[in-house]
Amino acid sequence: MPERPQIVFAGTDGGALTEIEDYEAVGGFTSLRKARSMVPDDVIAELEASGLKGRGGAFFPTGRKWAFVPKPDQLAKPHYLVVNADESEPGTFKDREIMLRVPFRFLEGCLIAAHAISSQHVFVYIRGEYEQEFEVLRDSLEAMRKADLLGGVTVVLHRGAGAYICGEETALLESLEGKRGQPRTKPPFPAIAGLYAAPTAVNNVESITTVTSVLELGAAEYAKLGVENSTGTRVFSLSGDVVNPGNYELPHGITLRELIYDVGGGVPGGRELKAIIPGGSSTSILTGAEIDTPLDFTSLVQAGSSIGSAGVIVIDERCCMVQLGIRVSQFYEHESCGKCTPCRVGTRWLTQILQKIEDGRASQPDLDLLLSVCDRIMGKCLCPLGDSDAIAVLSYVDRFRAEYQAHIDLGRCPFDGESSLEGILAPSAMHDGPVHRIAHV
Amino acid sequence: MSVGAQIQKLRKQYPESTSAVLPALRLAQEEHGGWLPPAALREVAHALDLTPAYCLSIASFYDQFRLEPMGRTVVEVCTNVSCALSGAQQVVEAFERELGIDAGSTSDDGAFTLGTVECLGGCGWATVVAIDNRHRLRVQAADVPGIVEELRDA
Repeated sequence: MPERPQIVFAGTDGGALTEIEDYEAVGGFTSLRKARSMVPDDVIAELEASGLKGRGGAFFPTGRKWAFVPKPDQLAKPHYLVVNADESEPGTFKDREIMLRVPFRFLEGCLIAAHAISSQHVFVYIRGEYEQEFEVLRDSLEAMRKADLLGGVTVVLHRGAGAYICGEETALLESLEGKRGQPRTKPPFPAIAGLYAAPTAVNNVESITTVTSVLELGAAEYAKLGVENSTGTRVFSLSGDVVNPGNYELPHGITLRELIYDVGGGVPGGRELKAIIPGGSSTSILTGAEIDTPLDFTSLVQAGSSIGSAGVIVIDERCCMVQLGIRVSQFYEHESCGKCTPCRVGTRWLTQILQKIEDGRASQPDLDLLLSVCDRIMGKCLCPLGDSDAIAVLSYVDRFRAEYQAHIDLGRCPFDGESSLEGILAPSAMHDGPVHRIAHV
Repeated sequence: MSVGAQIQKLRKQYPESTSAVLPALRLAQEEHGGWLPPAALREVAHALDLTPAYCLSIASFYDQFRLEPMGRTVVEVCTNVSCALSGAQQVVEAFERELGIDAGSTSDDGAFTLGTVECLGGCGWATVVAIDNRHRLRVQAADVPGIVEELRDA
């Protein structure tokens, strides 16, 4: 069993620290006091030294992101910290557990980050479906206000309303400004012209929560955890065909085998492991044979994938990879904001071609067309949503080409109605009024 | 407090009032029985100095805003990959049987709306079912008759 240092969830003992006294009893708010006794640049330097990188999926160094935000005397506008709590990547459910179990550590991290970028205004953009998480944060924030910990910083909890695209940082900023959540062109980057065209840092919940721990432990101590280029721990979300799904905080660099078998109890019923999606549905799939791949940034890039949001989806032998492609592609089709044509049209087209393959109506040119459509989406849009669909579908064909070919050669799905995804549904059109039919086409 | 007065309070949280449109629409939807009739869009528009058309352009973008009347209880089953691998399809079918309606529709008596939704962020606790936005975790098809009975009794 791998070692399990608890950084994000330190002091919880498997439970939750939702009372301010309990959090203080495990050393809560010492990091905030420490940070406020430091000049902002020293806080940023500490974060740079820790090697902490963004946990939302892009793995961008947190300290460097803050360093890009101009100093108040360089740009005389309000500075904003925006926290991305719009967790929506399929396979990922860590941020909600962080908000539920260590809300004060998260909010403490918000205040430390605000200090580092000289901001007096924090917005937490929390996904609209997270009702309980919103309530816990609201109550925790109130307790901190009463304890006079906010230090003049306003923290607004802003609820989203159901749009995956708002996890993309510029779409999130648009949404926070009261617009449709559609990505912006970059540059300018949010650090220069973000919320209300003012300097803005956008950070993920887990990153911000880890900031508190980095300040507490010190950068050097934190950087001892994990592996080179991927320091520290990660809250891995484990789901799918696995005996013990859930969130597990483990050091970067543990292998998929350790996570899935030693921690997760393996595949139920002794079935064969077929595939693993290692970092949320937007990342390339790996085969079961790649189970010894370590879960860190460099190793996953070398394996042709990405650590993404560390949402690990386990797939056993019962699953048809064409059906998986359909279901994943339907998701991106539904969530495409419609701004860029390659994404708006391409995601829909991918679903249609995949459905044709699954139905046994496809011929060889359709498989070529599928790959060609992927190619015509990749890198041709303002944000990575369409790319995510293309990356996923391309990887399914790449790793399981024989299965795709079999659908074409046989003229039917080789699973004969026995796939674990058989009959999967795309979201129903329950709110598909006339406007929606226009808006989402 | 009237919806308009509550929205005025909300807008004070933001440097620019248009930012309050999402919370304002959420509030208006709650006040109007779970959807946004034209009157609700007009209220929000009036309170935030926007046009009703602008408010509709926002409401139509986000999945949680409804532009048609919903049942008094809204049941939404996640059917994304991890839930689908764990039997979400059977859960949907069980709800369809117990409620006597297809996914994507509302019962004639207006009691229930049943829908399927994209990832609710509970992949490790599949299948996730949101009942009036409250998440039930690890729901299996066998649990559905009991859940529906409980909802009918409530």
